Amino acid sequence: MFLWLWFATVAAWQFPVAAQTDRLSDARLAESQRIEVIASAIPATTGIFSTDGSGGGSGVVISADGYALTNWHVVDPCGAAMYCSMPDGQVYDAVLVGIDPVGDVALIKLQGRDDFPVAVFADSDDLKVGDFCFAIGNPFLLATNFQPSVSWGIVSGLHRYQYPSGTLLEYANCIQTDAAINPGNSGGGLFNGRGELVGINGRGSFEKRGRVNVGIGYAISINQIKHFLGQLKSGLIVDHATLGATVSSNRLGRVVVQDILTSSDAWRRGIRYGDEIISLGGRQITSVNEFKNMLGIFPADWRVPIEYRRDDEIFRIFVRLASVHSREKLLDIVQRGPEEPEIDPIPDGKPDIEPQIQPDIEKPLSKRARAIVDTWFEQRDGFANYQFNRKHTESVWSAFHDQAQLSSLNGKLRLSGHEENGLSVQIVLDDESSGLQLGATAHVLTPDSELAKQLEPAGSGGLLSALHLWRRMLVRGPTGSGDVYSLGMLPDWNGELREVLVCNSDGVQVRYFFAPDSRQLTALEFWSSGENDPCEIRLDDYRPVKNVQMPHRFTVIGEEGFLKVLQIDECTIGESP
Amino acid sequence: MSRQAKTLGRVEPTCRAIVFVLAIFQVTDNTGQAQTPSISDVQTRMAKVYGAGGLSRLESWQTATAISDDGLFVTAWSYVLDSGATVVLDDGRRFTAELIGHHPQKELALLKIDVTEQPHFEINRNRTAEVGEPIFAMSNVYGVATGNESVSVQRGVVAAVGEVQTQRGRRTFGYSGPALIVDAIINNPGAAGGAITDLNGELLGIIGRESRNAASGLWLNFAIPREQVALAVEEIHSGKAIQTTTDRSIPAEPVTLELLGMRMVPEIVTSTPPWIEHVVNGSAAWKAGLRSDDLIVSVSQVPTASITHFLEQLAHIDRDSEFFIMVQREDGFLEFQVDVR
Repeated sequence: MFLWLWFATVAAWQFPVAAQTDRLSDARLAESQRIEVIASAIPATTGIFSTDGSGGGSGVVISADGYALTNWHVVDPCGAAMYCSMPDGQVYDAVLVGIDPVGDVALIKLQGRDDFPVAVFADSDDLKVGDFCFAIGNPFLLATNFQPSVSWGIVSGLHRYQYPSGTLLEYANCIQTDAAINPGNSGGGLFNGRGELVGINGRGSFEKRGRVNVGIGYAISINQIKHFLGQLKSGLIVDHATLGATVSSNRLGRVVVQDILTSSDAWRRGIRYGDEIISLGGRQITSVNEFKNMLGIFPADWRVPIEYRRDDEIFRIFVRLASVHSREKLLDIVQRGPEEPEIDPIPDGKPDIEPQIQPDIEKPLSKRARAIVDTWFEQRDGFANYQFNRKHTESVWSAFHDQAQLSSLNGKLRLSGHEENGLSVQIVLDDESSGLQLGATAHVLTPDSELAKQLEPAGSGGLLSALHLWRRMLVRGPTGSGDVYSLGMLPDWNGELREVLVCNSDGVQVRYFFAPDSRQLTALEFWSSGENDPCEIRLDDYRPVKNVQMPHRFTVIGEEGFLKVLQIDECTIGESP
Repeated sequence: MSRQAKTLGRVEPTCRAIVFVLAIFQVTDNTGQAQTPSISDVQTRMAKVYGAGGLSRLESWQTATAISDDGLFVTAWSYVLDSGATVVLDDGRRFTAELIGHHPQKELALLKIDVTEQPHFEINRNRTAEVGEPIFAMSNVYGVATGNESVSVQRGVVAAVGEVQTQRGRRTFGYSGPALIVDAIINNPGAAGGAITDLNGELLGIIGRESRNAASGLWLNFAIPREQVALAVEEIHSGKAIQTTTDRSIPAEPVTLELLGMRMVPEIVTSTPPWIEHVVNGSAAWKAGLRSDDLIVSVSQVPTASITHFLEQLAHIDRDSEFFIMVQREDGFLEFQVDVR
């Protein structure tokens, strides 16, 4: 018995040693897993170079046909054309597609393949402080063999806010990491422990040691970028969102509205001075920083749910966010570039050289660069690359057109039905004249007169004019309707993403919302001015009329609570009057 | 009983004995899995400190580390605490801090806020850092975290354990003594007073002030080891070996110019600046480093306005205690530790 006990004791003493050996093999296993994860992420990373060799940075390929994410401050000095190296050793031509200068994001497109390796998007809201993460990029542009550099670290902080330089390069709700981020890493990916893309690296805190990593780097979260992708892909220069109100902390530590523009959608939805903001975009807001953080991840025109409290009542509304800048101001700022670039591409690898100031003169392009620009780029004021917008507009419209079989639609459009309260509805829409009768009241459109002033029925925001333009768009298409362009993807009143086409004509703007899967036109908004509510018409109950898919229920929302549901019983196309 | 049964009969109690012995070792084995707190749990022991400063290169913020249930925090002894300090906890609650005391040699200060059930580190738990062991550094580096945002976390290892002599500015000396050197870059604005922890959330050290290694001139990623911090806290509490600036008692045997072995310039006007005229070779003042033509700037961090004031300050220092004199020499500042014993 005692022999057994002695033997057991000796055996047990071995356990610490056994535990040590276990830890060593655990460490080796972790290491080989780490190597595997990194190897899986590397193929989709790219090194970005300006065509005149003056600078560059890093990027991440996100689709098989070559779309890649990077920082705006990386592409800004490059112009429309750039060269992208991939870890396979090849160099690909690339063109600028869309930019978000406020948020420091840019989308480019590599050419020449339809099977590029791609990064997998993560949900960056799943991150926790202490999670492992790694950055892939080309710090100091040192990779002459096109193999990217990898740095490993942890998530040091989340939901961090970094003040913009002027109004550009604002990093809201960003990820902080101690994985080494150095000049040249800009635009490259931050990956989680599974090799999924959680952010795009672009800024760091520097001080006494100059512009080299001191353990504090920042990445734009991928969840923010997801909100902008639709607009970036449409070749737009995207602005960030503002509520049209400023907030401050009151002495109880609550976030209250300090100032609000009466021309803002927030005002029209009911928010007033002194209201306490409880949540925005689904997130609880307990400080001004959180408010700024939450707002900073949305593009202009986005629609967000907001909860606010006044006295003891809680209100829940959906608000359209306005843009931070006026169109002219944003374009002007983009021309001038950032005031103080945070991380610059370093051409010769020496970290203590001051960033070069880009000259205003356009340098002549090389033949290859010129070919990229000629093939893949179209200049138009207000767009980053109009070619992508034009093509996307055409593709959204033709998908809708085919699905609705609009080629059979011509001539007069007659709709008759009733409102919920029983009042009869008669709508006649034609090229030259349109009319609408609700019960006993008739409205007629005067085609020669300004549409922006014809807003009948009263309070609707312009229902008759909206329907008139809607028919015109269906019959004539974008080319015959005005200046039509894509506004990327925006959420509707349910928070569902829609493809949006904008048509500017006759001094007014109509926005058309298409479901991305069914391609159905689910709503349109008629804006006579930016300061009043639009006439919003939600379309459903589509039925075929002479093969054409026509909506049979029109839910009309106008100003100050105007709401009418028009149920159509009969719809005829093209009958002679 | 059959032979098999007898054998079995012997084996069963033996097995139980083995299991019992192994179980004991499992429970007492230090390398077993203990209950480790999460990073966010440990972050609740950290606080952001705001105070004086706000000029270029003199940030007005740093970090504090909780060491007791009722609101004692260790932080760096620096200009940030000069005119009162505000402590902001991990959940955003703000408090005005009381300065309990400071340890000028170790450049540590003890703050107290009026709070209960504060998550904290056990500063007296016997835990000594080993070279190569993985660590976390927690601090409000660059003041990034505000309000109810948690401090930042960096990852690294203990690179070295040893003695350092640090320096701030061209000729001003800082902390000198035992230190942990880590490979995480902790020598950044705002990090001072932060915590170095092991992977179980145990305190290994307190991050030191931004200083260079006096031997090499390089910025030093160092922390004051837990044992030194615990010692300093005890010394602050007991008032031992440090002359606090608020001590107004006059010792029976104070320090004098004769004991120091130096002479001041003649007091021609009432507020003659405290220039040193002569230092006797080999005297206590000479050994400390003082020289003629030095202008006395402060005594143990209290600014000295005139010769009269200097003599008054000396009159409050017991000749058995060490103290500090800071002087201006040529275009730099130097601080010396003086001992007249």
